[in-house]
Amino acid sequence: MFDFLQGYDLLGAFWVTVQLTVYSAIGSLIWGTLLAAMRVSPVPLMRGFGTAYVNVVRNIPLTVIIVFTSLGLFQTLGVSLGADRFTTINFRLAVLGLTAYTSAFVCEAVRSGINTVPLGQVEAARAIGLSFPQVLRIIVLPQAFRSVVGPLASVLIALTKNTTVAAAIGVAEAALLMREMIENEAQLILISAIFALGFLCLTLPTGLLLGWVAKKVAVKR
Amino acid sequence: MKSKPTVLYDVPGPRARRRNLLWTLLFLIALAAVVWWVVASLAEKNQLEWDKWAPFFTDARVWETYILPALKNTVIAAALAMVLALPLGAFLGISRLSEHRWVRGAAGTVVEFFRAIPVLILMLFADAAYSEFTDISPDVRPLYAVVTGLVLYNASVLAEVVRAGILSLPSGQTDAAKAIGMRKGQTMAYVLLPQSVTAMLPALVSQLVVIVKDTALGGAMLGFSELLASVRPMSANYGANTIACFTVVAVIFVALNFALTTFASWLEGRLRRGKKSTGAVVGVEAVEELATPGEHMGPTDKA
Repeated sequence: MFDFLQGYDLLGAFWVTVQLTVYSAIGSLIWGTLLAAMRVSPVPLMRGFGTAYVNVVRNIPLTVIIVFTSLGLFQTLGVSLGADRFTTINFRLAVLGLTAYTSAFVCEAVRSGINTVPLGQVEAARAIGLSFPQVLRIIVLPQAFRSVVGPLASVLIALTKNTTVAAAIGVAEAALLMREMIENEAQLILISAIFALGFLCLTLPTGLLLGWVAKKVAVKR
Repeated sequence: MKSKPTVLYDVPGPRARRRNLLWTLLFLIALAAVVWWVVASLAEKNQLEWDKWAPFFTDARVWETYILPALKNTVIAAALAMVLALPLGAFLGISRLSEHRWVRGAAGTVVEFFRAIPVLILMLFADAAYSEFTDISPDVRPLYAVVTGLVLYNASVLAEVVRAGILSLPSGQTDAAKAIGMRKGQTMAYVLLPQSVTAMLPALVSQLVVIVKDTALGGAMLGFSELLASVRPMSANYGANTIACFTVVAVIFVALNFALTTFASWLEGRLRRGKKSTGAVVGVEAVEELATPGEHMGPTDKA
């Protein structure tokens, strides 16, 4: 009954899903933290940019962003992100789209963490003469990150599920393989069960593990 | 979220003002460089010519033939999904609070399962299942598949919202209901549910944003003719104006969702301030976390 699986690279497809998740997670953690720093900075222009970015990007469907990276960026403007093979280009475009989208959510999560740091600590830090970047780096962000492990875990899991959208521009990840298999094989229920199980294996342990970590590292107040 | 005066920095003095000015300038230069690069590459590919943008302002047919029907489909799918997911979500949420272990367990398994799986996988499955096991005509099958996927996923998220809403009510409510001799079913129907619906409203509205955004999946993968799917025929008919089409579609999505988000936060603020309510509100922010499979500690948001 599982014979038909021979012809398909199931593990390979899920490996692409994992790679998409990891690269986009790293990218959006960096860009999202920068955005959060902008949103709380004393420079009004940066604050405005951060707010505008988050409010615009959060409200555009990820699918629109991903399809845009392919039809708009690549096919119309010729942006290929330094790759020359078609599959590599699409993979990188998908990572770019996922990063641009997920950063907005990372930014909001980090900012909510910054808000949990008690005012007194920041005032004390300023009183001993620390500057804004120092306050942020030494006092606020370390505590903020500990309190946002939970929300960031939610963002990471949402990202894992969102990588399936990359199928829309032909990145050979799990959802695309699932569509291909459904078209070619008469094993709908079995195929769907396999892919559902695959995603359960990716998301459930992440949720449980990071939920446990979140409780462990949370700053007790 | 209300904006309180930040404590991260002092009211700027002369030196800080100069430094801020410097940062503003640096940021402005960086931003201008990016904008210039974008505009230059757009102009190089002739994407900024007025011809490509004009149809959206001068030609009503673009709107009549492509955008408005597509927007209608987007809204129909989102509205259907919300209306169907709500009762299902309420049922699952209440079941998760049941005193019978097997009811609780069954509902919990369903909720955790559908939250852990990408909506797209659910839609692909629904599409194939409808074509294999039913005789729904291929014209409406994409709509059915999109709505089914959205309902399965969002019902399980809404189940958590409902659960959080009921748990957020003060326990005195249940005690009082017991004291006047109400049965469990009556307590739920007459005391807890009506109040939790109010408490959940902001979260429900903000979940609508997620639903509206996810309809675009149907356009990209299942041939559902919603807004995103209207980009291809539009740019084919109006002179390869891909960028212009994407811009218009994105602006519509942003306007629609921004209105919903603003309404949700306004509602949340109003409910929190309200004198009649118990003060229990499942906030807009809570939804994101409730969409995550895995363990949850009771109510996340108590005002």
